[in-house]
Amino acid sequence: MEKLLETQELYTDFNTFEGVVKALNGVSVHVNQGETYGLVGESGCGKSVTVRSMMRIVQSPGKIVGGKILLFFREEDRSRGIDILTRSETYMTSMRGDDISMIFQEASTSLNPVLSIGYQVGESFNFHRRGQILKETVAELEREISNTKFFLAKAWKTLQRSLFKRELRVLNQYESQIDTTDDELYRLENERETASLRRKALLRRRRDHLRETDVLIQFVKRVPFLALYARRLDRTVRAQVVELLRSLGVSNPERIAAGYPHELSGGMQQRIVIAIALACNPILLIADEPTSNLDVTIQAQIVDLIKSLKQTTISSVLFITHDLGLVAEVCDRASVMYAGDVAETASVRDLFHNPLHPYTQGLLRSVPKIQQADTLNTIPGVVPNLIHPPSGCRFHPRCPHAMDICAKEKPPTIEFAPGHTVACYLYTENK
Amino acid sequence: MMSTNLIDIRKLVKYYPIKGGVFRHHVADVKAVDGIDLKIRKGECLGLVGESGCGKTTLGKTILRLHDSTAGRIYFDQPAEKIEEVERLLESEQPEQRRRAVLDLKSMDITSVGGRRLLELRQKVQIVFQDPSNSLSPRMLIKHIVSEPLVAQKLVKPREVDDRVLQLLGIVGMAKEHMMRYPHEFSGGQRQRIAIARALATNPQFILMDEPTSALDVSVQAQILNLLKQLQNELQLTYLFVTHHLLVVKYMANRIAVMYLGKIVEVGETKEIFENPLHPYTKALLSAIPIPDPDTGRERIILTGDVPNPVNPPKACRFHPRCSYAKDICRQREPVLESADGGHVVACHRWREI
Repeated sequence: MEKLLETQELYTDFNTFEGVVKALNGVSVHVNQGETYGLVGESGCGKSVTVRSMMRIVQSPGKIVGGKILLFFREEDRSRGIDILTRSETYMTSMRGDDISMIFQEASTSLNPVLSIGYQVGESFNFHRRGQILKETVAELEREISNTKFFLAKAWKTLQRSLFKRELRVLNQYESQIDTTDDELYRLENERETASLRRKALLRRRRDHLRETDVLIQFVKRVPFLALYARRLDRTVRAQVVELLRSLGVSNPERIAAGYPHELSGGMQQRIVIAIALACNPILLIADEPTSNLDVTIQAQIVDLIKSLKQTTISSVLFITHDLGLVAEVCDRASVMYAGDVAETASVRDLFHNPLHPYTQGLLRSVPKIQQADTLNTIPGVVPNLIHPPSGCRFHPRCPHAMDICAKEKPPTIEFAPGHTVACYLYTENK
Repeated sequence: MMSTNLIDIRKLVKYYPIKGGVFRHHVADVKAVDGIDLKIRKGECLGLVGESGCGKTTLGKTILRLHDSTAGRIYFDQPAEKIEEVERLLESEQPEQRRRAVLDLKSMDITSVGGRRLLELRQKVQIVFQDPSNSLSPRMLIKHIVSEPLVAQKLVKPREVDDRVLQLLGIVGMAKEHMMRYPHEFSGGQRQRIAIARALATNPQFILMDEPTSALDVSVQAQILNLLKQLQNELQLTYLFVTHHLLVVKYMANRIAVMYLGKIVEVGETKEIFENPLHPYTKALLSAIPIPDPDTGRERIILTGDVPNPVNPPKACRFHPRCSYAKDICRQREPVLESADGGHVVACHRWREI
């Protein structure tokens, strides 16, 4: 299978008053094309930090200090990938919500309480699909102009049409400029000569300062009454929002789109957040504990929705959860994380039937099962403080099989079986 | 198994009034608990499950008298014959007999006790809250947190308090050096141990566990569950285990009561409920549990819609708008709890057919 996104030896630190929290300790994971990939672990193990690093939205005082995040989205990048850590912030802005989008943990806090739901869902249409919306509006206006009888209305619509056409032209120009600079940057990425380094710096600066500016449109937008022409776009956006909400099984989408988040239940809010994430048909959807605050029956609805979307619209899903049951249900492949390390990665079947890492084994035994007869096994001790993480393997103070070497060196990740990797010294000898 | 009931709840109702308008007059009620009959046997762990907002916590807190009930009776540790007699008198036609029953109730029913008798009751019933980081005062030492019930109830002499605290901390697996620390110095699991020690301080007979592990990580959750189970065996405690995590309740409880929107819909032995659920809501709830095994391959029942608003619950059977088996009778008449196969008690018109 082809990789879609990969992190290589990712390190993320948080500089706090107590010291540096080493939240990620060389995380290497990848998401394949067309799969649902899970990240499991207890709270504070770095699952959320990993995906936030992937989106480059680690909150201050967090900082990515090392490693690579490679994207393999476009056909021509398949060989090498784009390292997004070297790209500019404007590049990331055009990426987030378009190619990669994210569902956050708590729907009630990730929605803005003072903006209508229609606006919030339409925001990413407006941002990433502006060209398409302009085109549709122009086409609609053409139709309406030929049907309108009144002179004034006709004049107003003609004005709107010409302004939108102009906006569209400016936008296309801007986008083609961006594309050419991006292409050149990508070509130059691994060049190390002085001339090309200088050229790269110039291109980066230029890309950051590219603006879609047009004097006439800026002028019109400042004229009272005339500025109202842009309202016409909202109608097109709203129609698309309603269509999207309907496809997600929201009943009465017109009314919902006009309403505000507090009017909805938790499950419905989560659907809206999913709608926002899906607005631009992302290639990769990152779901960060999408159901952790919902009831089981609502959780079942949302999981079912994500599963059916996986079959129809989105190609790959990165699913973060602490619930091993959900991983078994939703994912094809999963990684278990512990204290900033990836302990084990395998297909879900291997992970549950043949866990290799002592932490995975302990975790699976400490979850109550349907057929649970005797007492639960526990992992002794607690998750370590990451300001002073244990030396070597971070799990060794709690590990029943700890050896001398575990306290000294971080275990290498080895491939135990095809597609089944584990970072533990128990499996290094025979390999 | 015929054992005596520690707690016997009859027709318990708890409404939260909604005030509105200019004069803050009474507009409507949130019907959090709406006519519940439930018996908790001595020495058992009764699991109370349901979705958020169905009234599980309200029911628990009403038993503890942290909330005052709107109507209904709760008998705590009373002989069964006496309860039956009082209930019979209350139902009777003659006002004379009803008056006598009300007099009897004063000494039996804990929903109306006050003063010293309430203090005595509080010794016997205790609670462990959901989130230990909120339920322990950040400004008190562990020693003072654990000894607070002892001091308030004047159970031990002042100079013996420290010994008792040490003993309690030992029971929950903590040591002497933890006594002079503050809650923020501990991890979530240790804080929950402290909260358990506090609940055990007065030697209670009954402890309400209000989602004691939902704020904890999986590996720590297992430690706490094992501790609770061990304590129950050693100290002969009775638990009411409130949770929405069904696998936890499966592990802990002897019997399970399922609540939906302020009503009990099904009660039965844990094994029976899991193997042979009768109420359609219980069936849906059980099929919605994610099972940590990729090869289960079971059929899921996915309920449509959300839990209705308890201010305005659906008429008749409260589950009928989401129930796939609903028929006319479900929309017209409210089902009552009736005994069914395997010792179940179920409130559904159609449990025989489905």
